[in-house]
Amino acid sequence: MVDDLSRRFGQRWAVARASFSLPRGEALMLTGNNGSGKTTLLRCLSTALKPHVGTARWGGVDLWEQRAACRPKVSLYSHASALYEDLSGPENLRTWARLGGYEPRVEQRLAEVGLELRPEPVRTYSAGMKRRLALARALLKEPELLLLDEPFAALDPDGRTLVLDLASRRRAAGTTLILATHIPEEAAKLCDRRIHLESGQIVEVA
Amino acid sequence: MSARPGVIRQALMVAQKDLLIEVRSPSRVVGLFFFALALVVLIAFTADASPGVLRKTAGGALWLGLLLASTRALDLSYAVETDNDALSGLVLWPVHPAAVFYGKAIANTAVLALVGTLLTPLVVALYSAPIPGGWPAWGQYAVILGLGSAALAAPGTFYALLTTRARASSVMLPLLMFPLVVPALLSASRATTLLMDGDGMGEVPGWVSLLLAFGLLHWSLEGLFYGSIVEDS
Repeated sequence: MVDDLSRRFGQRWAVARASFSLPRGEALMLTGNNGSGKTTLLRCLSTALKPHVGTARWGGVDLWEQRAACRPKVSLYSHASALYEDLSGPENLRTWARLGGYEPRVEQRLAEVGLELRPEPVRTYSAGMKRRLALARALLKEPELLLLDEPFAALDPDGRTLVLDLASRRRAAGTTLILATHIPEEAAKLCDRRIHLESGQIVEVA
Repeated sequence: MSARPGVIRQALMVAQKDLLIEVRSPSRVVGLFFFALALVVLIAFTADASPGVLRKTAGGALWLGLLLASTRALDLSYAVETDNDALSGLVLWPVHPAAVFYGKAIANTAVLALVGTLLTPLVVALYSAPIPGGWPAWGQYAVILGLGSAALAAPGTFYALLTTRARASSVMLPLLMFPLVVPALLSASRATTLLMDGDGMGEVPGWVSLLLAFGLLHWSLEGLFYGSIVEDS
């Protein structure tokens, strides 16, 4: 799936010669310190960034070269929530669903992440509520490949359990998961394998 | 999952989303209006001219006010996209880049046209520049206002994307945009002034044609190139 993938910012290689494969329906955990390249790797897989060297393939297709076809199948849940602060939670979900041609089912999707139908703008939400709403947005696509970047950040213990529960349900439905985290103990309940990154390089596969 | 919407439907959805954000935060449009109004009033006071001379500057003052307000409007239209990296979210969703461009350009056109409409009675009063000729003349004025707003919005939407992540974006945008929109500014302000001051030679259609040609050129070209820039931004 990922073959000799490298990506640099300026002169610094954020990810260097990363290679691994992941069968469909499995879950992989990426660990490593800040700046180790986890987010860059996930952003390359999401087609937000073009790899400078190497390729990432999904279902035999080059993710970057065929990005228009791949993007509907891949979803990235990260610190960047892609939410509009002046719109309410339901309005955000409805907007994103309509843009992608997905079923909004707003009430159900909000309930899934433990939120209510609230008319207040997202800017009034707490950090944890925004994270939950961002997760609902990421799951609108019902993706084949779900990329989770620090999915437990800003969440309370209930929120963490909820993320794990939703992710494991997606996995049971056939979604492949790649999860970058600083909390491997939580993610270990979900993942089959672990890759450890240091300075952009894969140093351990477990 | 229903069918993925086409480019035109996605563009209309992006425009609807941007306009809904404007409705939810009306302070933005109100701020733009007062900014443009301050310029129009200052030009009227500093010109210190007779009503006849002042009338001849009415079109220029109106469009200069709108042009300067447009830089703020364009900055704000991308601020909502960069706050939580929603612009990347749109690209990865995926929303077609042309749909993002046309959607944002339509919304920016609507905002500028609204500010222009609100400014009109004040310009008419301050510059002693009524629009003679009844409803047909007001119809022509509405066409000029719409075309002029569109002519500023398209290059503005394009260059605002280029500058949105630059450190000095508020300086960079006018530097890039102002030289480019001189033909639009000139034709819109001349056509407006002629409507207010009398068009003895029948020059208005010529200026409107120039405005239309400028708009068509920019709405076509920038829609084509937006994709390659939004992927890199």
